[in-house]
Amino acid sequence: MPTIPTDKAPMTQTDERRLTQLQWLESEAIHIIREVAAEFERPVLLFSGGKDSVVMLHLATKAFWPSPVPFPVMHVDTGHNFPEVIAFRDATVERLGLRLEVASVQDYIDDGRLRERSDGTRNQLQTQPLLDGITNHKFDAVFGGGRRDEEKARAKERVFSLRDEFGQWDPRNQRPELWNLYNGRHRPGEHVRVFPLSNWTELDVWQYIAAEDIALPELYYAHQREIFERDGMIISVSDVSMPREGETVSKRQVRYRTVGDASCTGAVESDATTVEAVIVEVAATRITERGATRADDRASEAAMEDRKKEGYF
Amino acid sequence: MRTLLRLATAGSVDDGKSTLVGRLLYDSKSVLADQFDAVERVSRDRGLASADLALLTDGLRSEREQGITIDVAYRYFATAERSFILADCPGHVQYTRNTVTGASTADVVVLLVDVRHGIQEQTRRHLAVASLLRVPHVVVVVNKIDLVDFDEATYTRVSDEVLASARGLGLYDVATIPVSALDGDNVVDRSDRTPWYDGPTLLAFLEQLSPAGSPHSEPLRFPVQLVVRPQQAAGDEFRDYRGYAGQISSGLVRVGDAVTVQPSGRTSTVTGIDFAGVALEEAFAPQSVTLRLADDIDISRGDLIATSRSVPTVTQDIDGTVAWLAESTLVPGTKVLLKHGTRTVQAIVKAIGGKLDLDDAQLLPAESLGLNDIGHVTLRLASAIPAEEYLHSRGTGAFLLIDAQDGGTLAAGMVGDALLDTLAEVGAAGATVSA
Repeated sequence: MPTIPTDKAPMTQTDERRLTQLQWLESEAIHIIREVAAEFERPVLLFSGGKDSVVMLHLATKAFWPSPVPFPVMHVDTGHNFPEVIAFRDATVERLGLRLEVASVQDYIDDGRLRERSDGTRNQLQTQPLLDGITNHKFDAVFGGGRRDEEKARAKERVFSLRDEFGQWDPRNQRPELWNLYNGRHRPGEHVRVFPLSNWTELDVWQYIAAEDIALPELYYAHQREIFERDGMIISVSDVSMPREGETVSKRQVRYRTVGDASCTGAVESDATTVEAVIVEVAATRITERGATRADDRASEAAMEDRKKEGYF
Repeated sequence: MRTLLRLATAGSVDDGKSTLVGRLLYDSKSVLADQFDAVERVSRDRGLASADLALLTDGLRSEREQGITIDVAYRYFATAERSFILADCPGHVQYTRNTVTGASTADVVVLLVDVRHGIQEQTRRHLAVASLLRVPHVVVVVNKIDLVDFDEATYTRVSDEVLASARGLGLYDVATIPVSALDGDNVVDRSDRTPWYDGPTLLAFLEQLSPAGSPHSEPLRFPVQLVVRPQQAAGDEFRDYRGYAGQISSGLVRVGDAVTVQPSGRTSTVTGIDFAGVALEEAFAPQSVTLRLADDIDISRGDLIATSRSVPTVTQDIDGTVAWLAESTLVPGTKVLLKHGTRTVQAIVKAIGGKLDLDDAQLLPAESLGLNDIGHVTLRLASAIPAEEYLHSRGTGAFLLIDAQDGGTLAAGMVGDALLDTLAEVGAAGATVSA
């Protein structure tokens, strides 16, 4: 973190007392995280090992220093994981001494509460385990790593977003959010989703990862991988994503821009093996993060809006 | 060093806000290929000849169906010098509360006016909101200039009309720009169809604006969010650590500064400024830091740490201006919660001092306030808070009114009568001129 210059006479550096865009975003996020810790009984932070949740957790460690992060983390596990991401998740939780709750889609499929979809992908199936996890643990505030630049329904999301007892989002009836005075009041059974990274862009996240030297799962950087193409996306060969007839496997240099259900999260071809190279790549890209890598968001014009209304992340 | 500027759009429905925002994003190369492909596809499905850039911003199904913007959408774009956070606010009168929301955090309001229609009620309402919320800058985009054949006289007439109305609301520093959002004239690229206009394009204007506030000119205000006391949890080194975490709302703080805590009035000295393990010598707004003090005094969430050189007084009685944002009606006797800084207290509405009439820019007597009304209220609080005039301090002058039953946000409040004073002032100045 850049520290504030202190060696100059106070009145000569008027113009230097401005935060950079990254410092501003960091300060805003920390303020939001502290408000939640102070005003809610049982917050939880959604942590998948994906880069946005890693950044969010990093901000939480800074917010309460030298105290430990005062809330647990929860992972909604599709069962379709990249093994290196799960390893990263567990190592991070261990290092910070956090409690990890796992809401498992696989459990729901095993006991019949959810049925596998015909295409076999599981991002859509996460909503029920997520909502049950929130209810069972009586979580009243749920930190999510969602950013408004990701998708156009998300662009309408508040920083504090009220959910009713069914976990539903009502985009037409959102509370006005004024100044930095967040209103987290809610009735029993309701909860609030909180998005500290609302105002960050994909590029901001990467620049922050570089500035703070934050560790990420290796698959965010370019590496050799066995892949095949499906619907114009590059899918990794794994237990949960085998090539179908006519899909040929090849080895390519790829990296991931997002991490989700391994069976439908696409990689991008890339030579970016360092965070600096990723920043250059992200700055020059002509395709959105989700457009490039999420089959589920391509379903329709309002796919994300519909899922969010039902209680999705 | 790239800085950040926050803007909010405003203007009447159909003045072309979403198109302007789409144009700003598209011409500044902030729209990615797949987003644009989607817009082209939908435009084609609707039988449009070219891509409707408004579709870039209308995110909700019902917005696309009705062709209007319902809720604030936040957009992000950047140039070499600056990053922008843009709150795209709806124009319909029923969604005025979203304009208030967008304006509350904005450095600049971008107000659209259709050059064919001139000032509408919503234009005036949004100017009033900008004035009320003390948004530092206002730029008026006189849009659809292509539909009046780029006629200078028409532009000048509308521009003069808007500037006069702005002055009536106490806004003196207002710029106007002739624009066709549809074709892109003077948005990012300079138009050769308005040779008579020699001012900046909209983007150039936004790039050179200075953001609000200077940490130097304002006294330290630091609302305490929580007390950091690890006790056993962070090892022996921090067993006795006690810090006060918060975001500096105004001014700057240095180690050694004398501070006063309100509402208790206790004083102490800053012995440390911590930020995640880094010890700072000074910090300034809007940094989030943790302060350590020399004395073990009773401080908790909701307290305000202020410089002892300028201490805000505490009061249980507040005169303020509110923008009423709820469907319910505010009448004297209503009990509400008031959130100010990091403190929430019970409050009762003692009196309503009138509401703003936008046509004449004057205060009319009123017995109640309804949705989208801007009015004056007198509040009595259950306990005292260090409230300051919003005019002088956005941080300690702003408050929310909250419904104690369902928790909904009822109103945006500003301590003091700044807007009403302004109107009185303007009225007096007008009287002087005519006399």
